[in-house]
Amino acid sequence: MNYEILLPNSSFKECAEYIKKNFNEVYYVPAGYKIFDNYLVGVPPIPIAVDNDDIIMPYVKPCHGCFVLRIPGKEEVERMRIGMGK
Amino acid sequence: MKALFMMGCPELPVQTAAALYIANKLNQEGFEVTSAGNKAAISLLLNSDPEKHYIKKVMDLDRCIGALAEKTIDFDLCFVFIHSDSGISYLATIKSISKAKTIAVIFGKEIEPLIEASGDSIIIAAKAVHNPTPLRAQIDGVKSWAALTR
Repeated sequence: MNYEILLPNSSFKECAEYIKKNFNEVYYVPAGYKIFDNYLVGVPPIPIAVDNDDIIMPYVKPCHGCFVLRIPGKEEVERMRIGMGK
Repeated sequence: MKALFMMGCPELPVQTAAALYIANKLNQEGFEVTSAGNKAAISLLLNSDPEKHYIKKVMDLDRCIGALAEKTIDFDLCFVFIHSDSGISYLATIKSISKAKTIAVIFGKEIEPLIEASGDSIIIAAKAVHNPTPLRAQIDGVKSWAALTR
């Protein structure tokens, strides 16, 4: 998967705050939400931002903490906007 | 009765010892224990319990989260092994997607913030990195795990 790391090795709380502070279009999803064939791990409600055709989301790795990733994904962006009522 | 272990990074040696110790207690009460973890955590368990006397099934961590989220599996009890912020994220996720009663098994050097972040889960916590004895003492304080399912 093509992705860019916007914030590495942080706590989940720091990643959630980063997303909320740095992006205007933010949606909130439950833990276990499926996106890019991955089930999201985190403290709900989990913020996910949309920026043009990119998804910005937290990603928890057991050994390395939480990361904020920017992932290109037009289909997921559309699904997010429709699913979240925009 | 079914119990799940959610095991993260096995960088602290007490994790595997605590898991096998709890699994033994659960087996004595008739639980079937499944352990979900990353490759390293599962490998340590399987090498320590090659004939699966204690851990009956193992699963990849991500696959387990997916199956719980899709409601194709569930458990009566879930023990989440926590020594870092990542463990807290897994605990919160389990509480959201599973009906299991959650038990936070907390260890490491700085356990206070982790205890605070564990909310209303049952907490088994001890400052322990290499020596499992303090954690074992906390585990022994629970007289019946089956009672938690009632």
